[in-house]
Amino acid sequence: MTKRTVQFKIYRYDPDKDEKPYMQDISVELEASDKKLLDALVRLRAKDDSMSFRRSCREGVCGSDAMNINGKNGLACLTDIDSLQQPITLRPLPGLPVIRDLIVDMTQFFKQYHSIKPYLVNNDPPPERERLQTPEDREELNGLYECILCACCSTSCPSFWWNPDKFVGPAGLLAAYRFLADTRDQDTNARLDNLEDPYRLFRCHSIMNCVDVCPKGLNPTRAIGKIKDMMVRRAI
Amino acid sequence: MNVAKRTFDAVIVGAGGAGLRAALQLSEAGLKTAVLTKVFPTRSHTVAAQGGVAASLGNSTEDNWHWHMYDTVKGSDWLGDQDAIEFMCKKANEVVVELEHYGMPFDRTDNGKIYQRPFGGHSMNYGQAPVMRSCAAADRTGHAMLHALYQRNVRANTQFFVEWMALDLIRDADGDVLGVTAMEMETGEVSIFHAKATIFATGGAGRIYYSSTNAFINTGDGVGMAARAGIPLEDMEFWQFHPTGVAGAGVLITEGVRGEGGILRNASGERFMERYAPNLKDLASRDVVSRAMTTEINEGRGAGPDKDHVLLDITHLSPETIMKRLPGIREIAIQFAGVDPIKAPIPVVPTCHYQMGGIPTNYKGQVVVPKDGNSNAPVQGFYAAGECACASVHGANRLGTNSLLDLLVFGKSAGETVVEDFKSGQLKLKPLPEGAADASLARLARLDSQTKGESVFDVGMEMRRTMQKHAGVFRFDQLLKEGVQKMGEIAERAKRTEIKDKSKVWNVARMEALELDNLIEVARATIVSAEARKESRGAHVRDDAPDTPENPNGRDDANWLKHTLWYSEGNRLDYKPVNLKPLSDDVEPIALAKRTY
Repeated sequence: MTKRTVQFKIYRYDPDKDEKPYMQDISVELEASDKKLLDALVRLRAKDDSMSFRRSCREGVCGSDAMNINGKNGLACLTDIDSLQQPITLRPLPGLPVIRDLIVDMTQFFKQYHSIKPYLVNNDPPPERERLQTPEDREELNGLYECILCACCSTSCPSFWWNPDKFVGPAGLLAAYRFLADTRDQDTNARLDNLEDPYRLFRCHSIMNCVDVCPKGLNPTRAIGKIKDMMVRRAI
Repeated sequence: MNVAKRTFDAVIVGAGGAGLRAALQLSEAGLKTAVLTKVFPTRSHTVAAQGGVAASLGNSTEDNWHWHMYDTVKGSDWLGDQDAIEFMCKKANEVVVELEHYGMPFDRTDNGKIYQRPFGGHSMNYGQAPVMRSCAAADRTGHAMLHALYQRNVRANTQFFVEWMALDLIRDADGDVLGVTAMEMETGEVSIFHAKATIFATGGAGRIYYSSTNAFINTGDGVGMAARAGIPLEDMEFWQFHPTGVAGAGVLITEGVRGEGGILRNASGERFMERYAPNLKDLASRDVVSRAMTTEINEGRGAGPDKDHVLLDITHLSPETIMKRLPGIREIAIQFAGVDPIKAPIPVVPTCHYQMGGIPTNYKGQVVVPKDGNSNAPVQGFYAAGECACASVHGANRLGTNSLLDLLVFGKSAGETVVEDFKSGQLKLKPLPEGAADASLARLARLDSQTKGESVFDVGMEMRRTMQKHAGVFRFDQLLKEGVQKMGEIAERAKRTEIKDKSKVWNVARMEALELDNLIEVARATIVSAEARKESRGAHVRDDAPDTPENPNGRDDANWLKHTLWYSEGNRLDYKPVNLKPLSDDVEPIALAKRTY
């Protein structure tokens, strides 16, 4: 790539000075080495230090820089700038309260994650060495444990938009299945009880926006289907 | 400005691996604990660790902690303290097994045990052959670990203050530590966190370099706070350049790739490590491999049109192995290098990765400073663990997988020490000094009122370029001297940074300006300590300290077998002895020897 100028349309809102949010047209000149959307945002900040967004690892593992990019949720650090149609429209993740610019209040998202008891429960006295698990049983956790809690999925889900307080959402349910699928966990019944209600699990209508946007290529819809299967099998 | 006061038994700053491990100890003991973190815990940089955590479980090859200790002391080029190293290697199995019990999804061997892979510098039988010691969850070990630790803290009801940035350490006239000041990002409000014990677990400061594997948040906040409060920094001249950062992007490619059989090649396809480390080859320790790569590039054997990198080749591994053991690496190579490593080698260069030095501590996690003739006198109420601390287990060069082990062992140890000191009544809530928040408020007031200053971005860039040029993989006297001068000037410029954004709400500009203050302390400590150390040892290699019979590899034990202590005020240097004596009688001291791999 060479030097080039990129056009943006960015959601701006600073409650300290703005009465209401607005979309700002802004352009930035990129260096040849700038490849990812995050590189461009860092350049934008050098030009206007009030441009606010979260970022940390810049390699897609910390989950900080999730945002709505040309209408689709994704991570700025894993999105190629040159793959995006201009002006590149950036908005905060949909459905969560905006704190400032591209920074959203994720309290509700984490509350749902915490609600599924996201930790291993095993009440046997811990053995001297590791608990054993076959490679096959361990493989059941692949596609589940890699979640980075970026919230791209839950904030692309219409069911989560309507009922963020009642529906656990794809990220939380993926985590719920991560523990249900773990042969070391002994809390299966309580975990299923915790989800057995008209909203917490069953508001998922398999729209699959979550699968479409997950920057780690995970499939929450499949995990939700497996929880539903476990519910059915338990009932029989 | 109105400053709220909050009181706790203990305050922990940082919620990466070390902070979370310490928090667990305190929460489970029932101490009223506040964990301050400038990012949500699972966004801490521990999440980016890839290849594994060391423990001599011996699941696939014979192993024991004596061999691990030997490798670590040798890896440190004998600058590591042998009491702390013995403690860490002995505790490794316990803390790794604990983590498995917490739910960490380690990969498994066929008989159901934790999967272990070979790693650089780790050997069996005192250097004879590679050993399988690195306990791994694919190539996402740090992610799996950080999430498991966070999850366990959710279970323990740990109280987090998320997106709170600590600003300054509070000490009284006796030099005792009474807590920190901190700013809530969402509101810009400053609070005093008054506590009987303060644990720093704030991570490293790899962002002092232009080319770094480190996250944006790795700005040495705890190290900077400690330096400003008069605590010396230990061994800051020792920075690890990881051999395999993606050329151009800096993103880390784990050494686990070489553990699984990856090979480094120069432009002509030669496996050049055979010339530099005939025994362990590509799995020699990191400083050795990074220097070999730099030499290949400097002598014109680099790959690519500009001959500016070497190639990490795994095309000979089966696609199944790559997909199973190195799936994250494949994603990174495709994303940031534009190559699929199943089909083509990955372009890599040595990239700043890890800070061996830090806040001086002992193996119990207590911060120790010279006082009244004792070079290791504990500072009342102050503890540190993880990359921000210097125990010192890594000495002049850290072995891969020993960082995740360090944060588990010393996070736990610091937590245990606080709990013991709390229960014995040794920790007291001393009254806050007058104006405990004044220094922090003055820094914030300056940023609010500064005009005609320079941008944080520009000053920060100048620092990163200066450190990259003047204190890199190879070091030269003239460049170091110029570097000291330049960093002095940059530090002056940093006192006049100006931010345009004055909002109270989630002000990233203010945060970056405050972070720059911390980075500047670290950069000054690094360049001044490096200029002064007139030998080659571990990651600190000078062209004027070459390999001679008296000084093997340029290491001058007669004059330089000692820890550096740098004080911010006046760039003052002091030194203290290396502890060559192990903690117990279970092991003989590892005698000084020339390092070869």
